[in-house]
Amino acid sequence: MNISIDVKDIDSQVRVSVKGEIDAYTAPKLRETIFPLSEKENVNMVIDLTEVAYMDSTGLGVFVGLFKSIRSHDGEFRLVGLSERLRRLFEITGLADIIDIKSDTEGGLE
Amino acid sequence: MDFRETMEEKYREALSTYLSEQTENALYQGQKLSRKTIEYKVSPEEIISLHKSILMDIFPETPAKVMHSLDFLLEVMIGYGNAYREHQSLRHEQQELKSELEIATNVQHTLLDTKIPDFDGIEIGVISVPAKHMNGDYYHFVQDENECIGVAIADVIGKGIPAALCMSMIKYAMDSLPETGNAPSDVLESLNRVVEQNVDPSMFITMFYGLYNPHNHIFSYASAGHEPGFYYEAATGKFRDLDAKGLLLGVNKKTKYRAYEKLVEPGDMIILLSDGVTECRTEEGFIERETLIQYIQNNIHLCAQEIVNNIYKQLEKLQHFQLRDDFTLIILKREV
Repeated sequence: MNISIDVKDIDSQVRVSVKGEIDAYTAPKLRETIFPLSEKENVNMVIDLTEVAYMDSTGLGVFVGLFKSIRSHDGEFRLVGLSERLRRLFEITGLADIIDIKSDTEGGLE
Repeated sequence: MDFRETMEEKYREALSTYLSEQTENALYQGQKLSRKTIEYKVSPEEIISLHKSILMDIFPETPAKVMHSLDFLLEVMIGYGNAYREHQSLRHEQQELKSELEIATNVQHTLLDTKIPDFDGIEIGVISVPAKHMNGDYYHFVQDENECIGVAIADVIGKGIPAALCMSMIKYAMDSLPETGNAPSDVLESLNRVVEQNVDPSMFITMFYGLYNPHNHIFSYASAGHEPGFYYEAATGKFRDLDAKGLLLGVNKKTKYRAYEKLVEPGDMIILLSDGVTECRTEEGFIERETLIQYIQNNIHLCAQEIVNNIYKQLEKLQHFQLRDDFTLIILKREV
């Protein structure tokens, strides 16, 4: 059970790369690291999940919480690099209709 | 007589014996004594202090430096003594929590208990097993005045006690719904408002709600982000996903849920599950939905309850009997 979270500020965009597994054990660390960043006004956050090998519904909870927080601070939120399995998780839960998960990794830099 | 009163005498005897003969047996007496002193909560620093005073008594010519070193050792041991006492009190607290948790588990069973309707024409099989003490999955059956059977299956995002408490709230909200004429999409919309207002902002619930009408055999349903179930068509022997789209409960209070309908023919089956079923991980990766269908297929000649029991047993074995997530599987089968 390990996770590594890398946060970079590039051109007023917060870019977060997550590596490893997101589950009940690692989700609190993810939340604690990213949540404070979501509470700034007009934040523009992109989270790259390309190297996430596994995520369960606890991880989904973290991203929904983030999305709600960012939206209430008039910010922008995007998830990139989702595996097919992750994409399916967002589609089943209806979250794909409200959270931007469609752009690919490169799109994050446009 | 209290052990503490005789402790000094016993220690003196054991130490003297050891100092004079240094045998295995004499040494073992010290070990035996320590079991008693631990039982009577004698701290390590007390033992050293006792050791020092007895040593001074029986061997007065001990060099002063050795005696001083014992004072030094005593100081060091105070830290160990404190750690030991802390450990004892944590152990005690842990035992208290454990028994509270057991009571809470029983309360949850009582609260979430649901009666599986038993009536002609439809066969129901259910299995629900928590990964830990308390179950974050929830299922619920209700039969209204028109004999329609309502079935709900839900999963709180999150596990353990917080998830279980959240479920109790959902159950309460469901019990407060009017008794008849609850279209599945209306049920989800009203529960969504409850969850959105009352639950922690990072806690969400997925739910599937279905209503089976035994008069016209129409199964109407709606889903709030729940793992899709399966539909088995007896005429063709084919399975397909019971697709229904809808957002998780608790994200947006204005969410509308789409209603779906399906005519259930004799022998057809509706299979509902929690994500603990599809998140079942084996050494080769996740269990595929196709594999699950294969399992159902292998058991299709059995009754609904036997099918769910057998599938649980197979998946449990695949995971070496270590559930990672709460597991719920429900089958509704229209009798032939």
